[in-house]
Amino acid sequence: MAIVGKKDDRLFRTLNGLGMALLIFVTLFPFWYSTVGSFSEGLDFTRGNSVFWPNKPTLANYRIVFRNSEILQSYRVTIARTIVGTISHLVITSLFAYAFSRRGLAGKKIYATMGVITMFFYGGLIPTYLLFKTLSILNTFWVFILPALFNFWNVIIFSSFFREIPISINESAKMDGANEYTIYARLIIPLSTAVFAALGLFTAVYHWNDFFISLVFTTRRELQVMQVYLLKVIQTREAASAMAGGSVTPQEAGDARASNTRTIQMATMLIAAAPILALYPFLQKYFMKGVLIGSIKG
Amino acid sequence: MGLVATDRHGTLRVTMSESAVLQQDFSKRLREQKRGLFFRQIDLQSMILPGVIAMIIFNFLPLYGLTIAFKNYRVIMGVEGFFTAPWVGFKHFTDFFSSQYFGRVVGNTLGINVLGLAIRFPLTIVFALFLNEVVHSGFKRFVQTVSYLPHFISWVIFGGIIMQLLSIEGGVVNNFLIWLGVIEEPIFFMGEPRFFWFLAVFTGMLKEIGWNAILYLAAIAGVDLQLYEAAIVDGAGRFKRMWYITIPSIAGTIVILLIFAISGIFNSSFDQIWVLQNSLNVSRSEVIATFVYKVGLTQMRFSYATAVGLLQSVFAVFMLMGANFISKRLTDRGLF
Repeated sequence: MAIVGKKDDRLFRTLNGLGMALLIFVTLFPFWYSTVGSFSEGLDFTRGNSVFWPNKPTLANYRIVFRNSEILQSYRVTIARTIVGTISHLVITSLFAYAFSRRGLAGKKIYATMGVITMFFYGGLIPTYLLFKTLSILNTFWVFILPALFNFWNVIIFSSFFREIPISINESAKMDGANEYTIYARLIIPLSTAVFAALGLFTAVYHWNDFFISLVFTTRRELQVMQVYLLKVIQTREAASAMAGGSVTPQEAGDARASNTRTIQMATMLIAAAPILALYPFLQKYFMKGVLIGSIKG
Repeated sequence: MGLVATDRHGTLRVTMSESAVLQQDFSKRLREQKRGLFFRQIDLQSMILPGVIAMIIFNFLPLYGLTIAFKNYRVIMGVEGFFTAPWVGFKHFTDFFSSQYFGRVVGNTLGINVLGLAIRFPLTIVFALFLNEVVHSGFKRFVQTVSYLPHFISWVIFGGIIMQLLSIEGGVVNNFLIWLGVIEEPIFFMGEPRFFWFLAVFTGMLKEIGWNAILYLAAIAGVDLQLYEAAIVDGAGRFKRMWYITIPSIAGTIVILLIFAISGIFNSSFDQIWVLQNSLNVSRSEVIATFVYKVGLTQMRFSYATAVGLLQSVFAVFMLMGANFISKRLTDRGLF
């Protein structure tokens, strides 16, 4: 391969392009396959007749899922948690980061040391559980919000952006008699929408996807997030078939006949993934912006 | 000693004692001044406060809670129990070492992660190198965007989709293998313990390879183009350029990410394992993270589970130190 011939080059490019196309296929096909399954008749799908396109298309699986009160309740919990969790995290973390980015902040070294310690030391599952128990936030909505309020990694990202904002803006604002909160709200936030969007998106994705908190720290059904409900549905056949059970109307009975465990499971998964899959193409430029920041985190 | 001095503001001061006292006086004034600064910055400090409280409560208090690994804490002891529970030294650690679970749990954790490191680490670099060779920038961006997508999907959904593909009831993988004639009967991939390690490694790679390649791609983008031009003039082909220019240029990134990867070989993704685990494959899928959860929160053996979790963290620190040390010796590069 020492000589770069034109022919050689074209061959490599073609093979490389095919390799990448294969990778795209391997990445996207599982999602497509599940989408097809969720729109297919159960028995027909299980026979393997619908791989790339539903052979016998039906909305029965989705009707069954949407009739289920438990999934709707868990969807509500997830939405509430994502909204409250993201906004509160952004406010607390960015306020800290703004003050932290200011020169001459008293106690800055202490705050930095504390923050770095939190990045590298973790008390572990059991001490955390016992803490939540002591604080009486087990089995409350707060367990989703309070532990995720603050994160020093995001402070570092926020404050590195805030530091880029010219100080003279700050000073002239101060002369006009604005206090720090006014400067933060009127000047800093409008000038850093990109970082707010990127970190907000990452935080929202965390809250949307997380099942650990709900699995470990809540037992009440009203606090079950969608991901935990979904886990039940994909791991136990009973949970999935129970959704189709208890048919009363002829329509419900018909839907139950047209579905089976697998297609119901896929419809449930697709509903849970839908917001991310649907928004990803439009928001991916913000994801991209946050990507380098985020990958340094991970 | 002389009893007359000026403080740093030039005020003449007379003290009856020695310079030590003077110094004390200075530092006291300094502290007062700092306190004054603190109160003058009260609005800034009030922005800091919620974060500090959150760190103290949610990060520092659990660190104190780790002491129960060396105590016999029971849930009936309540809050006082954190302080009053009897010390038992390393009892819980030795209990774990001598239990039948030690070999299985640590073996699975290491097995999955070492296998994962050996397969995923080089393939991620290969992916980054070849993606970088894609000339069409639109296609390149498209591949990259698609490759990140699974990173943003939860393990519950991603694992669920994998299970659908591998399903024994007409899953597409089984159907395909039967169609190819490789197998005659569908294989129950999720229920066979012997498949689990590969399953974990492969699904982990499928989900994260694009995301993990980001830092490499950023590093590759920073390589001086003149080096490539010079190499082309010297007649180096594509693969020689990769091997002699790109890889040495991103060696720093590779070493740092390798150190991180090695320090992570005792940490499994709880989410991934929890989703893919079931009662049939548990003999090969029980890892430290899932074990701690089960023993601690379903059997309520708090002190024992804390000890096992602490052990995992200590192992991770040792691995980090060790990998860093070896890397410094061999390549002169390291994290610290």
